Amino acid sequence: MPEKFVTRGFVGRREPAGTQTKRIPPGQHLVKDFPVLSAGPTPRTDLAKWTFRIEGLVKEPVSWGWNEFQKLPAQDFVKDISCVTKWTKLDTRWRGVSVDILLEQVELDRRAAFVTAFSDGGYTTNIPLPELVNGQAFVAYGYDGKPLAPEHGGPARLVVPHLYFWKSAKWVRGLRLMDRDVAGFWESLGYNNHGDPWKEERYTGD
Amino acid sequence: MSELMDELVLDGNAAAGALAEIYGDDMTTVLAECASCGQVDPIGGLVAFVHAPGIVLRCTACATVVIRIVQTPKRTLVDVQGKRIPAPPTTT
Repeated sequence: MPEKFVTRGFVGRREPAGTQTKRIPPGQHLVKDFPVLSAGPTPRTDLAKWTFRIEGLVKEPVSWGWNEFQKLPAQDFVKDISCVTKWTKLDTRWRGVSVDILLEQVELDRRAAFVTAFSDGGYTTNIPLPELVNGQAFVAYGYDGKPLAPEHGGPARLVVPHLYFWKSAKWVRGLRLMDRDVAGFWESLGYNNHGDPWKEERYTGD
Repeated sequence: MSELMDELVLDGNAAAGALAEIYGDDMTTVLAECASCGQVDPIGGLVAFVHAPGIVLRCTACATVVIRIVQTPKRTLVDVQGKRIPAPPTTT
């Protein structure tokens, strides 16, 4: 006698328990608020004087003023972010310009392999060029439907969501293309040069 | 420096414990000279940013970095950029 055939019950498409947990890298905990971390005073840059510059190993450096930057093709991004201080925030909503769009405006020298992002106040962070392209990074000026607040890096912040958030330089003013890797503000004092949250690349040598 | 006066800012005494761990002595009364503008302050009077991946002590006059401290699970690292401050003992 054939076994009775029973179909599975249809229970809709509720997000299964644990889905969020799977999005939280090891050693991290989920937050609902947006913690503010800062290594220095919050700059209040006059937008009339603000520029974003791509320099270094490019044929001709390029610089945009604030209004010019707003005219570049912008996108909305929804990303999970993880800070090395162990908080993770899911589904953060940004608006900004892909680094791909910015790099289309310059002719890269073939030797360009590393990038230093530099900011108002002197902060720097280093990222390999291949990790900023192909949709992996953007310069954000909007957050949650509003202009990006100064305490979160406004007027504009580099966002590299697949790396720990210290790589997402607040108050960013440009990218410098280089043929060598130069450790940035935290990378030069014990923090990991790469900073992949899924590999818990928090520190150097630990 | 009114922009310094936000809720994230403390004074250099916030780093007293970490510095004592590195130097083996209280450092808060040691004078530090800003390498950028020459302002002299006791370390305990510097402007401290502690809500960050490390502790950053900055000049009270021009906000230039004077001392940076990072505490990892295995070690404490210090970077001294200000003048007059004794060089930190070699950290392990």
